[in-house]
Amino acid sequence: MSADFLYGIEVVINGLMAGVLYALVALGFVLIFKASGIFNYAQGVMALFAALTLTGIMSGQVPFSHLINAIFGTEIHHFGWHVPALLAIILTLLVMIVFAWAVQKFVFRHLVGQEPIILFMATIGLAYFLEGVGDLMWGSDIKTLDVGLPQGGSMWVENATSGLGGDDFYGFFIDKLDMVATVVAAILVIGLVGFAQYTKQGRAMRAVADDHQAALSVGISLNFIWVLVWSLAGLVALVAGVMWGAKSGVQFSLSLIALKALPVLMLGGFTSIPGAIVGGLIIGVGEKLFEYTIGAPYLGGATENWFAYVLALIFLVFRPQGLFGEKIIERV
Amino acid sequence: MKDTVDSYVTEDGRTIGKVLMDMKNITLRFGGVEAIKDISFDIREGEIRAIIGPNGAGKSSMLNVISGFYNPQVGEVWFRGEKRPPMKPFQVARHGIARTFQNIALFEGMSVLDNVMTGRLRQMNTGLFAQALWWGKAQREETENREAVEKIIDFLEIQAIRKTPVGRLPYGLKKRVELARALAAEPDLLLLDEPMAGMNVEEKEDMSRYILDVNDEFGTTVALIEHDMGVVMDISDRVVVMDYGRKIGDGTPDEVRGNQDVIDAYLGVQHD
Repeated sequence: MSADFLYGIEVVINGLMAGVLYALVALGFVLIFKASGIFNYAQGVMALFAALTLTGIMSGQVPFSHLINAIFGTEIHHFGWHVPALLAIILTLLVMIVFAWAVQKFVFRHLVGQEPIILFMATIGLAYFLEGVGDLMWGSDIKTLDVGLPQGGSMWVENATSGLGGDDFYGFFIDKLDMVATVVAAILVIGLVGFAQYTKQGRAMRAVADDHQAALSVGISLNFIWVLVWSLAGLVALVAGVMWGAKSGVQFSLSLIALKALPVLMLGGFTSIPGAIVGGLIIGVGEKLFEYTIGAPYLGGATENWFAYVLALIFLVFRPQGLFGEKIIERV
Repeated sequence: MKDTVDSYVTEDGRTIGKVLMDMKNITLRFGGVEAIKDISFDIREGEIRAIIGPNGAGKSSMLNVISGFYNPQVGEVWFRGEKRPPMKPFQVARHGIARTFQNIALFEGMSVLDNVMTGRLRQMNTGLFAQALWWGKAQREETENREAVEKIIDFLEIQAIRKTPVGRLPYGLKKRVELARALAAEPDLLLLDEPMAGMNVEEKEDMSRYILDVNDEFGTTVALIEHDMGVVMDISDRVVVMDYGRKIGDGTPDEVRGNQDVIDAYLGVQHD
């Protein structure tokens, strides 16, 4: 096999793994959108906030230290302890659950029955509010997130595959972190689907997504389900935040990855969990492959920034409901 | 007078028990419009109680008061001998009152089996974490409730469509699935909102038979709304007649049939 072709395969594999992370963010959107019709612009900021909180807890940072110091004239920044990764993740998850509860209690509970555009505006407000809270709580400097995930290329894969090509092929280069992210995302998705399909609360979740009135009539509390859904979105955000944070540091531009989820959603459909996954993979592979075959040689590179959106636009024209979305039928 | 006795036996041998639900002086307003005007009536254990009346009489509003979708401005709702505080619909459902809807409210994207299983939520008590981790108790509970649901599916003869998404079913079957879901809750009181609306004669007969069978087999108390008088008179023990938000008749089908106000309401005699 020629080296070019083999490197093409490597690009596809890396694209798939990047796609998994896109899918993860998109999944958070789908969960909330299905159950409540809210397009949650704050999903990316939730990932950022989760990552910030995790690093803050792990390094023993005092939350709101700037504020506290400014008011009381103290000079405290650290508790002086380090929290093990697993415990910190559990604590962060609790923070995300409290956040979910607060969002429902103080914002969306009062907006039941409002127009989708108003709900959407509320999530924009929520996004910037949460970004501000994150800044105030943990500071705005870039932090490294080290939860003990392996880093760097996998020598094992490289050695095992180097025999496939000739002398000019050295084997596939695959980031260990990407491999871990893929496995974790796969477990998360299987877990979520299993939860939705085979448990009482999962069934209630699907019921609420389907028909609010009917759900009430069988004794489902909409409020409880919405808190549950926001908590699950918080869990997904945490996982996405950990993976992206470990890859490129915890910084505020992390919230922009949410925008990459938009083309994923247009491709996969806003209401479909499999759609989010397949959409993420297609975008991930598509943009890497386009860059490798056309972008870099002919267009001067950096096509990854816009390719996904163009692909999504094409989809919008020919299949507006996405690959797996519910077909929009207008009856006259 | 039947109102004063504790229980009595009907002509076909069913025992009607004490008062299960007592509506006292209910008034419901929407802004300046009075949908229900000072209505009182009761529902006894084991009976089939109908609320009838022409379109716009306030029947659906009354059903929505019972099921908690509306809270009346005036009046008291007594259930199982206790005064009920204002409740949300999901709380009413957890209290043992199941209902169907006139325009069918099923989970269209879910299978028939899943739809009926949602009716069992009241019987399933394991917590969120046990459910998420699929611990032994959660699994056992799922199996037990599955058995109960399968019995109801057999009873209503919808075995053949168990795995079919509800959205694909014809209207008559959807109505039956909705009844199955309500029954799965093993309710103390079953509310049916126009169970025969939009059905042909044969489907209406089928539905009447199922309602009678449910009442007979499980002893379920049924309260139903209809504006088709014929069917209702055949299957009900007692009938409340409403017109323009007021109660104009209450009694056995024979008593109601002879009531001049009822006859006028149905023939459209001019009101003062």
